[in-house]
Amino acid sequence: MTAAASVRGRAWVGEAPLFAPVDLALRPGDWTCLLGPSGVGKSTILRLLAGLETGARFEGEVARDQPVALMAQDPGLIPWLDVTGNVTLGARLRGMLRASSLPQYPGGRRSGPVEGPLRRGAEPPADPATRAAALIEAVGLADRAHHLPANLSGGQRQRAALARTLFEDRPLVLLDEPFSALDARTRAQMQDLSARLLDGRTVLLVTHDPAEAARLGDRILLLRETGLTEWPIPSPRPKGAARPYDAPEVLALQADLMRGMMA
Amino acid sequence: MRTVAALIVAVLALWQGIIWLAGMPSFLLPSPVAVAESLWLNRAEIARHAGFTLAEVVLGFALGSALGAALAVAMGFSQRLTGVLRPILTFSQTIPVFALAPILTLWLGFGMAPKIAMTVLIVFFPVASAFLDGLMRTPQAALDLAQVMGAGRIRIMRHLRIPAALPSLATGLRLAAVYAPIGAVIGEWVGGARGLGALMIHANGRMKTDLVFAALLVLSVMTVIFARAVAMALHRLLRRYGV
Repeated sequence: MTAAASVRGRAWVGEAPLFAPVDLALRPGDWTCLLGPSGVGKSTILRLLAGLETGARFEGEVARDQPVALMAQDPGLIPWLDVTGNVTLGARLRGMLRASSLPQYPGGRRSGPVEGPLRRGAEPPADPATRAAALIEAVGLADRAHHLPANLSGGQRQRAALARTLFEDRPLVLLDEPFSALDARTRAQMQDLSARLLDGRTVLLVTHDPAEAARLGDRILLLRETGLTEWPIPSPRPKGAARPYDAPEVLALQADLMRGMMA
Repeated sequence: MRTVAALIVAVLALWQGIIWLAGMPSFLLPSPVAVAESLWLNRAEIARHAGFTLAEVVLGFALGSALGAALAVAMGFSQRLTGVLRPILTFSQTIPVFALAPILTLWLGFGMAPKIAMTVLIVFFPVASAFLDGLMRTPQAALDLAQVMGAGRIRIMRHLRIPAALPSLATGLRLAAVYAPIGAVIGEWVGGARGLGALMIHANGRMKTDLVFAALLVLSVMTVIFARAVAMALHRLLRRYGV
């Protein structure tokens, strides 16, 4: 099977090596968890794949033939746009959405003209406002669709960011520690929701939390100063769901990953 | 508000008291009563001059703000342009505007143009500088997202950087609104016969100190009202925009 995207090479910050030579390839349709402590270059690898500035010197090659969507620890919500406005930000930034095609008044759900197809392929082009409303409902924010980010909790902001990521409808999704600022319960709920809604896409999840990697990884790659290690997975992940957080084998995997990180 | 009123009354009483006690001649320091009297007697003339000054202030402020904001956006687009223009802008601020007034009058004549130009020169810098500052501080998370979403530079500017910088622009505009009348008055001092600045210079020459004070008072009140109006309009605009 060919890789959906890959990073091969090494990086330095100034004269100090950031990570030893790595060879990371994302298998299509899988969740690949890149686990490691802070400062070993996990986010650098993700940013290389996203085509963003990294601040590090990279020697090697990055291959990616599919468009990506990005979701990070900072949800990056625009403070002056409501949830709907934030979810449809990508369409606005690509000039495919007129401000007037979205409801301007609270509670309204007026659909506007379609300015162009957002989906490629055979599906009929959905009206961005309708699509956004459906996604906002899917992440459980239907009653918050016209709230500004300042009036949302941390978990609700990440839900909005997830809806925005889904609105982008990209085959490859890059998650950069998206849940690490959330409390334990909210984090577990967001892991379940993401596993369900992002099913079928190729996902790279960068995390420093062994529990998160144990729940979500179809593959788990441990990044340490010495390089990249592929960690064995005891059993496949249930389709479209995270592994249960309290299953003995998940807890055992979590402990095993923690030992690997401490080594 | 009550404390402000009490303070004004106290200052006026002190002023009047000093004049009574020291017996100062009114061409050196006119009494508040004399200033009030002069304000009333010359009300038509003062109002006419104030009208010219206000027109110069409003036009200069609008033009200077527009130029300053446009330059900030241009500089926001191009690091190279910023690198070239920033030192020039800073250098331009080392030139005292007072020194430029006679030259502007020489170039632009005795009408409104040199006064508006002076106001533009004073307004331009705080607006450009505050706005550019805001444009350069868009949150990185939002810029990363926009790049991954495939947004072009113009749309990033329009939908992210400019809205995020509006509070900074408002700060620059509020500051500029206070300075704008200074520019107009400096222009009026140097040349021409119209405007509160010209009125003050001529009254001063004829030792009509009470009229100087009366004109000064009107100028101050006008500046406060103008700055307040600008601040209120900005507050409303920002709230409507939700920034």
